[in-house]
Amino acid sequence: MSSSSFLYDALGPRGNRRVRWYSAAFAAVALGVLYLIGQKLAVEGQLSEEKWGPLVNPSNPNFGPLWTFLAGGLVNTLIVAALAIVCALLFGTAMALARVTSRPWYRWFVVSVIEVLRGIPVVLLIFFVARVLPEVGIGLSTMTFLVIGLTLYNGVVIAEILRGGLQALPRGQKEAAQSLGLSSWNTLRLVLLPQAFRMMLPALIGQLIVVVKETSLGFIISYEELLRRGQIAIQSLSNPLQLFFIIAVIYIIINLGLTLLTRKLERGAGKKTAKTPGGRQGAKARRRVPDPIPEARALQL
Amino acid sequence: MDVIVDNFDLFAQGWLRTVQICFYALLGALPLGILLAAARVSPVPFLRSLGGTWVTIFMSCPLTVVLFFMAFGLPEIGIKGSYFWFGTIGLALYSASFVCEALRSGINAVPAGQAEAARSIGLSFMRSLNLVILPQALRSSLPPMTNAIIYLIKNSAIVGAFGVGQDLFAVADTLTAARGLSALPVLTGVIAGYLLLVLPIGRILSLIETKVAILR
Repeated sequence: MSSSSFLYDALGPRGNRRVRWYSAAFAAVALGVLYLIGQKLAVEGQLSEEKWGPLVNPSNPNFGPLWTFLAGGLVNTLIVAALAIVCALLFGTAMALARVTSRPWYRWFVVSVIEVLRGIPVVLLIFFVARVLPEVGIGLSTMTFLVIGLTLYNGVVIAEILRGGLQALPRGQKEAAQSLGLSSWNTLRLVLLPQAFRMMLPALIGQLIVVVKETSLGFIISYEELLRRGQIAIQSLSNPLQLFFIIAVIYIIINLGLTLLTRKLERGAGKKTAKTPGGRQGAKARRRVPDPIPEARALQL
Repeated sequence: MDVIVDNFDLFAQGWLRTVQICFYALLGALPLGILLAAARVSPVPFLRSLGGTWVTIFMSCPLTVVLFFMAFGLPEIGIKGSYFWFGTIGLALYSASFVCEALRSGINAVPAGQAEAARSIGLSFMRSLNLVILPQALRSSLPPMTNAIIYLIKNSAIVGAFGVGQDLFAVADTLTAARGLSALPVLTGVIAGYLLLVLPIGRILSLIETKVAILR
């Protein structure tokens, strides 16, 4: 990681030799550990066709049905993640605005709602949404419960991210908007929020990764997302090690993709001349960040 | 309110169990996280990529999958143990990557001039790390570290949800499902339990943070 290379000078020939030696030694140890794991797996019969076949061998009779089943679970996971992040974004924006614009006499209420929701484990939130709502007569699908639970938790996290973004804006932005005669609502809507969103875009995508991971908590209320479906499949295939490994790989691939997207956005945010990553909203915000005046012109002020 | 008073023993037990899970998990996650962070900033490329891979894997993989893999996968190859230890070890492995990233962000926040100055007065790599870099890095990594610890505490509920038993989450499950009590009061009690753990720790750590903060 080049960001930490300030810790040591560029290595000379002797240092390079030592580093190579260390690399080789650690690689040998790592290979040894991998070999031992492989050995153990082979001894326990975990590398057999019977265990891996349904997952990797297309001619296995279980291959087709299993993957169709898992793909359905993956679709369910993605649907919940997409719904939850959109709802959380709306809820989070509302909460951030409520906190920023609140009058002192009810601010404590908004703040404590945010703090309490942030302080409880999301799995508990999902669990109780699924228990409390039916008790008061609101019976919904497990998917809705999962979305509500995820929305509540991630919404307040996003609210805090946005609040951080709003506070990090230069004071001049607000002052300029006010001196143009914008009302406080229009100042937020037209000047501050778009910039905060733009600045927070990488953090928001990061939250999407968290949401994708948290959808796997759906197993607790028996929502059939990827992990739950894997669990069901294991009951008939009895290959937990292999199936959970593959499921882990699927999650890692999805989230790695999102991580790379975040990095790209972060780099893009640093470079003024870079092609705008964030779509239309991003493009607008970019124009606004260095120069808020065109916006005022658009308002014919 | 009656529900909480009547079942206070159960709540207290569950709370202690949660504290226990968090304590053991933290005991594993902190040293492992420090090792990972050391690997990620070391001059040896192989160690850097090893640390990076670990962090990437555990940051993209849901804790639930890690726990399922450990509790149902590992017994298949003859590694047997109680759910409590599988859950706690899984939580420790998972949280170590967050501890590592917190430390690394702290190290990256140390101005490059500090390391250069340490080297130019002749300190070796280890000594410049021990005497100059880490004391500053640890301080500035406190806020993300606080988050990592609080994240660990909240994730301990997942360990409970998955069948360790007797922790706060399990108390919630027993009282609402098995005894059929109304969910709302139980919810209040359990939330209070978690807040009782999360809020003081957050407060203490942020007090320490302001005490040791470096003004730049």
